[in-house]
Amino acid sequence: MKKFILKRVMGLIFLLFGITVVTFIVIHIAPGKPTDLEAQFNPKVSMEARERISHLYGLDKPLGVQYIEWLKRVVRFDFGVSFMDSRPVMQKILERIPVTLTIELFSIILILLIGIPIGVISAVKEGSFYDKFMTVFVFIGFAAPTFWLSLMLMDLIGVRWGLLPISGIKSLEFEKFGFFEKAIDMSRHLVLPVAVSAFGGLAGISRYMRSSMLHVLKQDYIRTARAKGLAEKKVLYKHALKNALLPVVTILGLSVPALIGGSVIFESIFSIPGMGRLFYESVMARDYPVIMGVLVIGAVLTLLGNLLADISYAAVDPRIKLE
Amino acid sequence: MNKLTIFGITIVGFFIIIAVFAPMIASYNPGQIDIKNILTPPSSSHIFGTDSLGRDLFSRMVYGARISLMVGFIAVGIASLIGVALGAIAGYYGKWTDAIIMRFIDIMLCFPTFFLILAVIALLEPSIVNIMVIIGATSWMGMARLMRAEVLSLKERDFIYAERAIGASDIRIITRHLIPNAMAPVLVSVTLGIAGAILVESSLSFLGIGVQPPTPSWGNILSEGKAVMGAGWWMMAFPGLAIFITVLGYNLLGEGIRDKLLK
Repeated sequence: MKKFILKRVMGLIFLLFGITVVTFIVIHIAPGKPTDLEAQFNPKVSMEARERISHLYGLDKPLGVQYIEWLKRVVRFDFGVSFMDSRPVMQKILERIPVTLTIELFSIILILLIGIPIGVISAVKEGSFYDKFMTVFVFIGFAAPTFWLSLMLMDLIGVRWGLLPISGIKSLEFEKFGFFEKAIDMSRHLVLPVAVSAFGGLAGISRYMRSSMLHVLKQDYIRTARAKGLAEKKVLYKHALKNALLPVVTILGLSVPALIGGSVIFESIFSIPGMGRLFYESVMARDYPVIMGVLVIGAVLTLLGNLLADISYAAVDPRIKLE
Repeated sequence: MNKLTIFGITIVGFFIIIAVFAPMIASYNPGQIDIKNILTPPSSSHIFGTDSLGRDLFSRMVYGARISLMVGFIAVGIASLIGVALGAIAGYYGKWTDAIIMRFIDIMLCFPTFFLILAVIALLEPSIVNIMVIIGATSWMGMARLMRAEVLSLKERDFIYAERAIGASDIRIITRHLIPNAMAPVLVSVTLGIAGAILVESSLSFLGIGVQPPTPSWGNILSEGKAVMGAGWWMMAFPGLAIFITVLGYNLLGEGIRDKLLK
């Protein structure tokens, strides 16, 4: 087991390198230099002053050198300071990560709790009305654009029926609440974002679970179990389900980047102070340090998610020889 | 054939026809401003109502179909070119080429795609061409993997050995024999990819960095609708429904093709 984890972590380091390279290239696609905002069209700034600014920030060095300098700071998690408010980038990101991660976590839990049973029952009752109905329902979830869903839910549940708050993660009187009330308040704020975030992922997981379960149910060992006279429930839950769950675990890991990416939309709509919205705001404001920071951190989180998925898969599947 | 698949084909065909024959279907000029009729609900003269500048929503949506579908097709086209080429090369040549390409794919897959797209689009300018290219440049990874898997299994087949025996060049083998025989799963990817591209484009337009007004796109009509949420439900409902049904159609079609292939 240890060797396996070690090998994976080595591969990770290479990937991390690659991530930094791609991020660096992406930022430098943009025409113009980061200092242009202050220097370019301002007649008061002389050519000489511009060159001094360039030199100050090390922008006149060749790209390769700039990359190494940047990399040296990134490995210490120093992404510089934000252009917008001069606060350290890492601090801004760290403030926002908990919110986004919380929503992600609850989404994943929801997806598992709802998606897996749907998939399993669909497989067991293949071809029945339930199966067909669930298929359609799941496709709807897949196809509905997140922003539209968010807006519709916001309008219906938030505005017209006034059941749930529609923006932010705290109410105005948050500070005055007791601990229990604070928890409830936050939960109410999170319901809609989590629902929207989970809805799309549900489709994927339940379809995958269904086909995985179907595949397992056709196997010989299931036939044997039934022939032995085992109760159907035992056949399903003790043998079929465990085997069918394995590939689903990997899919979970792969859906992490999708969840993070999707957070941009619903965080903007529900005014959630999370990483997605931070990214959107900094992109609009051309705040390069923050953009780079979020890209790298986002990719790192994805990597961690994949690593976790791989390790759990290896831990759970006895067939994998961990060399 | 599965009923759902037929449903999917119908939807896809329906919207393609609308997009192609847009000028003949739209009753008004999509850019025609009519201040006397700002934000009117659906009526007999304006089937879907009008927007905040009095433009007929139905006509705007018909032209928006053109944009959305065009972006979807071309973006996926670009993604297919890149993905099929890289996947075939990786699978065929193996060893170092394969290793490098696969590592590259792994790296690209680490980024939340939407973040990448957002960053690049906002850093360059949001033109339709840029959108198509960047969506294409970030969605080819799945196809590459599929292609590589198919090529890996196909290249050991007898007919490929025969080709090599008679001295066919690598390029000929790849382009005329391997790729055509491996297209099946790629086709599924393409169909589902079009659905995804349409969703991404409308999300970008909704955020304001996609198709720019006054060019109508379902996404930016929706974002205008958000501004007038209480006063004009039709502005959000119709484009949202359109996106939803189109994406549903392509998904059903893709799943139908996949089911047929797996028989």
